[in-house]
Amino acid sequence: MAVYKKTYRPYEGELTSSWRRWLVIPRYAFEDLHRSKFLTIFFCASFLQPLISAIIIYVQHNASVFNLVGAQGANRLISINVVFFMTSLGWQSMLALFLASFIGPGQVSPDLANNALALYLARPFSRTEYVLGKMSVLLILLSAMTWVPGLLLFAYQGYLEGWDWMTANIRFASGIFFGGWIWILILSLLALSLSAWVKWKPAAGGLMFGVFFVAAGFGATINAVQRTNWGHLFNISYLIGSVWVWLFEGANKTTNGAVFFRAPQGEELPLWCSWAALAVLSLICLYMLARKIRGTEVVR
Amino acid sequence: MDSSVIELDGLEVRFGNRAILKKLKASLTGRSIGLLGPNGAGKSTLLNTLLGFHKPSSGTARILGRDIRTHAREVRSLIGYMPENDSFIASMSGVRFVRLMAELAGLPREHALERAHEAFFYVGLGEVRYRALGTYSLGMKQSAKLAQAIAHGPKLLFLDEPTNGLDPPARTRMIQLIQEIRDRGDLHLILSSHLLRDVEECCDQVLILKDGNIAAFCNLEEERRANRRFLEIETRGSNNGDFLDAMEKLGCETAQGAQGRIKLIMPDGLEVRRLYEVAAAQNVQIRRLNHKRDSLEDIFLKAMEAPDGRL
Repeated sequence: MAVYKKTYRPYEGELTSSWRRWLVIPRYAFEDLHRSKFLTIFFCASFLQPLISAIIIYVQHNASVFNLVGAQGANRLISINVVFFMTSLGWQSMLALFLASFIGPGQVSPDLANNALALYLARPFSRTEYVLGKMSVLLILLSAMTWVPGLLLFAYQGYLEGWDWMTANIRFASGIFFGGWIWILILSLLALSLSAWVKWKPAAGGLMFGVFFVAAGFGATINAVQRTNWGHLFNISYLIGSVWVWLFEGANKTTNGAVFFRAPQGEELPLWCSWAALAVLSLICLYMLARKIRGTEVVR
Repeated sequence: MDSSVIELDGLEVRFGNRAILKKLKASLTGRSIGLLGPNGAGKSTLLNTLLGFHKPSSGTARILGRDIRTHAREVRSLIGYMPENDSFIASMSGVRFVRLMAELAGLPREHALERAHEAFFYVGLGEVRYRALGTYSLGMKQSAKLAQAIAHGPKLLFLDEPTNGLDPPARTRMIQLIQEIRDRGDLHLILSSHLLRDVEECCDQVLILKDGNIAAFCNLEEERRANRRFLEIETRGSNNGDFLDAMEKLGCETAQGAQGRIKLIMPDGLEVRRLYEVAAAQNVQIRRLNHKRDSLEDIFLKAMEAPDGRL
């Protein structure tokens, strides 16, 4: 019907299937994000490190390149081992923290600040689907920055090194995959819950950094004052680092974590404590989301 | 088949220890139903409960035959909701926002876009549909909220205080839109308001809430029909008694007040002209005649009266 008729008419057309309706949210969010030049450039620039890593792997397997520049034997300077992959994941994960701090708060806080949740949830659309839709934006972008390039590097190294290397080091791949997922889930939950709580984008972004850096400082203060290691429970990067070490190497560990995600030598907490602390943090975030993502706020 | 639009079946909602809706029982069948009540009566809570935002602590409600406890998603697919407060995303353009809402209601994206444009033209915002919602005036925001509520073609429209904060011309326009939607007969609407005039102009049934209870429920159409037979006259003359006897013989119910005032309920088929003829025959002058109208205001005030007669 042409718009000039200007009359109300009921809708009698087809409807989309309800199970994939939540995908509407990331589609709109990606349209918005694409408009931001800064985020687009930042996202593209974040692939610089994996690109350099890929070049290193290539050069490692092509001695002729070193011969060309007269640096024979230089390939022994860098080893493609657990440290290489963990460092790569560490760098990418830190960039993911910055990206999550920029785009995470913008997902939920405008809806809450403008009371738009009542409109979302007055439709055949649940709170879970809403959170899933919003979270998927972060999960997709952060995956593209962390475990996806990590696995590509692993596959490239395996391709050049051979099947035996791949099977011998398959734990690196699972470490990259699961380690990356744990990190981006924590980041996404924190970004959404903090922005749902404060309803103000800049404050939520600032809080994200606060939770990582100020809480780590607080933990370090506890350690110093109380002469203990339990303060590390407030240090999310420590917790993630110790989980990563286990995921990459199991019980036979040779490293103490990745860049930015390091558990200092001699200050290790039992591994279950790191898992438990991350689980508690996730539960707190889910509780905050459950409290705030509602069609209407109840004043008791 | 059950013809009720909304059936409240002992619906109770509590926030903590406080009962907000107290075992409501009613069957609303009208095309346009008004929810009236003073602030805090439970109107918005009732709408929010029907939308599934609050869980009933006991009892339930059915909307177009679907139970809100067991078929919440299906119920919401039938509803268009225009909330009381500002609800939008300030940075989004009007048409994009309405399109998003229509897509979430299940419309495919091309249909959603088409309907979003139509809805914006329909509510009179066609020219500003590409502007960010945050830049709209209050009246425009109200219209945009109406647009998102109707874009997906609901079967039941919830309008929560739709004329809040509107100036008189904007209010008139909003009421006209609501009447137009109602008169097309494609959907039922529930209008929650504390403004009697809005409800009177748009609704044919009214549910009056007070302190979470149903204080009154009336069919305005029937009231209006009944009111047409109710007269109040003021007479001068010595033989009012004969006049009253003559009117009763014609089938009127009468009641005599002070200073020649008489209340009459005329039977069907009796014309007012006959009244003057009888009065002339009895040598009684009719100085004033009012079609006494038991307005919604009267109904509302009666409903609001406390048991001791105080408001």
